[in-house]
Amino acid sequence: MIIGTVSGNIVSTISHPYYIGKRMLVVDKEDFSGKPSGYLIAVDSGVGAGVGERVLVIDEGNSARQVVSDPKAPVRSIIVGIIDRVDAEG
Amino acid sequence: MNLGKVAGTLVATRKEASMDGLKFMLVKHVNTEGKETGGQVVAVDAVGVGPGELVLVATGSSARQTSATQNRPCDAVIMAIVDSWEIGGVEKYRKD
Amino acid sequence: MLLGKVIGTLTPCRVYPGLEGVPMHWVQPLDKHGAPKGQPLVAADSTRMAGPGELIYFEGGREAALALDPWFVPIDHAIIGIVDELHCPP
Repeated sequence: MIIGTVSGNIVSTISHPYYIGKRMLVVDKEDFSGKPSGYLIAVDSGVGAGVGERVLVIDEGNSARQVVSDPKAPVRSIIVGIIDRVDAEG
Repeated sequence: MNLGKVAGTLVATRKEASMDGLKFMLVKHVNTEGKETGGQVVAVDAVGVGPGELVLVATGSSARQTSATQNRPCDAVIMAIVDSWEIGGVEKYRKD
Repeated sequence: MLLGKVIGTLTPCRVYPGLEGVPMHWVQPLDKHGAPKGQPLVAADSTRMAGPGELIYFEGGREAALALDPWFVPIDHAIIGIVDELHCPP
């Protein structure tokens, strides 16, 4: 899983049917030391993440499809949690 | 998918048993202008290509989504032969 | 998923069974502000409505194939939707 911060959102009318009505968010990824490491567009699984919030993202298809309980969903990146706090040494 | 040019065939007599019967091709990557970029990949042929043809190569777990490569250790497959392409309205390549 | 811009179209003359008629586009990957980042790639268009110059989002990996019908096809990048609006403050 990846830690990231929601930095924006995308509005899309024409999309694959699975994504119609889903919230699509731009997430700035961070590496282990907290440095930015690119971005990805992830779908919100229903946690209700907003801009500025630190989130937990799954970027792996099998796990994402389990989260949405649909083995045929074309989903790989999905926001599964809002992070309250990370405790790490160093 | 990456675009590539079929540079040759590859034969391996001793290999993982489940890979028997696969046809390996050596593919050199090309860019949007059709120029070789220096990269290359060995890909399984799923459509029946010939030498010199420009092809599309799918990589990763998607490469196992053909009847020839399903459940086999394969991470690159040729899944289309290119007829033509255009960039910004300008035709860059057309097959002879 | 990542943002991309359709910069061209590619026409195959022979494809793996199941991919007949699926539009193939050249896509330039973009960063979250719309600047080019990385090398162009070819993606199948699951919306069948994307055209040159359009801002789109695309998925990579096996999930790309799941966006197509039939889904058991060797596709590693697919256009999932067309972006109407991108809200991503700097």
